[in-house]
Amino acid sequence: MAQAVQEPSPGAQASGLRLGSVVRLARYVLKRILILGITVVVGVYGMLLIANAGGYVDEVRINQIRQEIIGQVSANPELQQLPTDERRERLEQMMAQEIERQGLNRPYLPISWTDEGLEIVPYSRSVNHLVNAITLTLGRASDITSDSGSKQVRLILLERLPPTILLLGTGFLLLFFSSLFTALMLSRRYGTWIDRVMVSLAPASAAPSWFYGIFLILIFASALNWLPFGGLVDAPVPESTGPYALSVLKHMILPVLAIWVAGFFLAVYQYRTYFLIYSSEDYVEMAKAKGLPAGTIQRRYILRPTMPYIVTQFLLSVITLWQGSVVLEVVFNWPGLGQLLFQAIQQFDIAVFIGNIAIYAYLLAIVVFLLDIIYALVDPRVRVGQESG
Amino acid sequence: MMRRMGAWFAQLTDYPSAILGIVIVLGLLGLSGYSLVAYSYNDMVTGWQSGEQWQDNPRTAAPVWYNWFTAQDLPTTVIRDSHGSSDRVTKTVQRADDLTEVTITLPFDYTADAFPKAIAVELDATFASKQPFVTLAWRTPDGREFTLAERGVGQSTTRISLSQNADLRRRLGGTRPEVALLAEPGAETQSATPLKGEYELVVEGLLFEDDATLDAKMVIYGKVHGLAGTDHLRRDLALGLLWGTPVALIFGVGGALGATVFTFIIAAIGAWYGRWTDAIIQRLTEVNLIFNILVILILVGTFISSSIWVMLAVLIVFNIFSPGVKTYRALFLQVREDAYIEAAQSYGAGNWRVIWRYMMPRAAPTIIPIFVSAIPGFIFLEATLAVLGLGDPVLPTWGKMINAAQGEGALFQGHYYWMIEPGVLLLLTGFAFVMIGLALDRIFNPRLRVE
Repeated sequence: MAQAVQEPSPGAQASGLRLGSVVRLARYVLKRILILGITVVVGVYGMLLIANAGGYVDEVRINQIRQEIIGQVSANPELQQLPTDERRERLEQMMAQEIERQGLNRPYLPISWTDEGLEIVPYSRSVNHLVNAITLTLGRASDITSDSGSKQVRLILLERLPPTILLLGTGFLLLFFSSLFTALMLSRRYGTWIDRVMVSLAPASAAPSWFYGIFLILIFASALNWLPFGGLVDAPVPESTGPYALSVLKHMILPVLAIWVAGFFLAVYQYRTYFLIYSSEDYVEMAKAKGLPAGTIQRRYILRPTMPYIVTQFLLSVITLWQGSVVLEVVFNWPGLGQLLFQAIQQFDIAVFIGNIAIYAYLLAIVVFLLDIIYALVDPRVRVGQESG
Repeated sequence: MMRRMGAWFAQLTDYPSAILGIVIVLGLLGLSGYSLVAYSYNDMVTGWQSGEQWQDNPRTAAPVWYNWFTAQDLPTTVIRDSHGSSDRVTKTVQRADDLTEVTITLPFDYTADAFPKAIAVELDATFASKQPFVTLAWRTPDGREFTLAERGVGQSTTRISLSQNADLRRRLGGTRPEVALLAEPGAETQSATPLKGEYELVVEGLLFEDDATLDAKMVIYGKVHGLAGTDHLRRDLALGLLWGTPVALIFGVGGALGATVFTFIIAAIGAWYGRWTDAIIQRLTEVNLIFNILVILILVGTFISSSIWVMLAVLIVFNIFSPGVKTYRALFLQVREDAYIEAAQSYGAGNWRVIWRYMMPRAAPTIIPIFVSAIPGFIFLEATLAVLGLGDPVLPTWGKMINAAQGEGALFQGHYYWMIEPGVLLLLTGFAFVMIGLALDRIFNPRLRVE
């Protein structure tokens, strides 16, 4: 019955943080980091296995090596003077060496079944890929370059990370606080026309953000010509910081609005329901009878006990919205990780693709971790240190 | 059970939004039923892929209802064909010794306020060795006559695109043929308006063999076409939208089944057996959270197959351990403690019997609204994949239409209908299911019904 709904008693929070709870919190945090770390490793490994389902990743790698070596051979005047047969032989030799060096001839899976039973392969390719992905030693991209012209996958990813965090961070924060306060407001005005309108708009969240993005572009960029179609900044990039920030802000309006529309109405509906349920509790009536101010009642007796549910709901919606945002970036031509993922698929740039998957797994794990911590802080019932799942 | 279903349905009719949702869903089911009965799977696949079937449609033409919103009356497509009994088409054949003269007149009445998209003529000839010679003449209502082409005709069908004929354009003073041929005489090209009235295309053919035949067909491509317009490959969007309906519903319902019903069963098993079974299920659910189903689908779509059925199967498999496991598990943990479960065990019910016959039916009302509300998410997921270019390679889907519209710059060129039509269908479907789902939620979970 670990998760069964018990009535929270406001008195239990009064004890405050003691040393014991700090230690418990630290243990809880470490445990969560460990579990999430294992989860990321397992998740990325699983995705690598799927990606390599027809040996495709290796095929692409070998082709890349061939291209490089043909380049090396034709750039080398000494080799150019050799007769064709000899040169070809030399090329194959170099290929074999490089394949050996990169370990592409080693077995794929870390375990193999032989006659003597299960055998563990020390340096298998899939583990090699995994270690590279997890440590973000991602090598070079085959086609995609960063704006600074580098082909280092790590640099490409680092360049794309800030726009994504800027867009999603702004979108999610705006979404969370606006829906929280709107829901609180509505729970006080239960049954009024505005309440009814908001509730009837809840199904609008069935559509993902990119979908609203397309229609926002249609209205505000194509038909009205008020805002840009997409991109991060204006075409001649403004020199100084002020106009640059303003330009970015202008480009952010539509995608942030798209994230907001896609999440807002359902979130308001869900939060409002929790608030309404909790505002009919006996202890709220009691507080009212005691004559506590409305703000205190709302903060301490309604918001506090509903917070865990709201945080959980928000976490789930963030994961859904996150998936939609990959496409949102494509639709708005926003130079973030989502668009990069799309480019990597289109150009079959496997190195960038794997790096992107790894960094997405990390980001998602960080979000889950942060929300775990917030959950532990806001939920008086989570006995930190005990398994509460 | 049936009586209970009836009672739920009766309660559902208390909610106007649910009734609206049910009406929309029934409408969509009707459309799917019609498209599955009237067309075979092969019709859809080959129909949407083939180019020939759509030859006589204009490219990116707006739907006919576009005319209701514009002051100008845009032209629809006019087809005149001497093969069939197309109205007022005449064909006369005069035979001399070794020469047959065929005259085909293709008259049509032009009443629109704008010029057509293009004009094309198709000539169909059969002969043994000597090519027939054909002259095409164009007669305007005010009696002017233009010679469009004088040329020999090859075996089978010869297609002459008048609009793209550079020679004709030069002879008409550099104006596009579909404008110059229909314009009021004397006006500037920019401000030209069509001259309304009876036009004629006269095809005169000289055939040099007794058995030779000649037929002609003229297509004046309109600017509006059909209920939903056409795309860049001249395909009728109305058919695509119709064929996309069953695909969307199957994908949505299939995905939602995987994400709710299977998850529900898994959660029940975990809650009942507890210990390591439960622990494994919990950990798998956490790993699955990191897995990001969209990335998995992108991987599968890129490297294995982007067939909608493969995608659906993968989606169902990866959604079995969806975050819902946690919610249902909490619920089953409560149910497990109930006295009647103990009673069932005491009469000797086995583990499976307890799970199937006692625990799941007890908790079933919780997942019915969740199932219905989950459907739109999966319908939109198909669209999401399609927008990323991973739509089904052969079937027409709503998402693929949005993708095509985006790829062809529909928003930049003002072909809004192309984006709006599949979009509105998606949104309508989403709204319908969620409205039903929210009403069901209030019926099954009375605690949400705040008095």
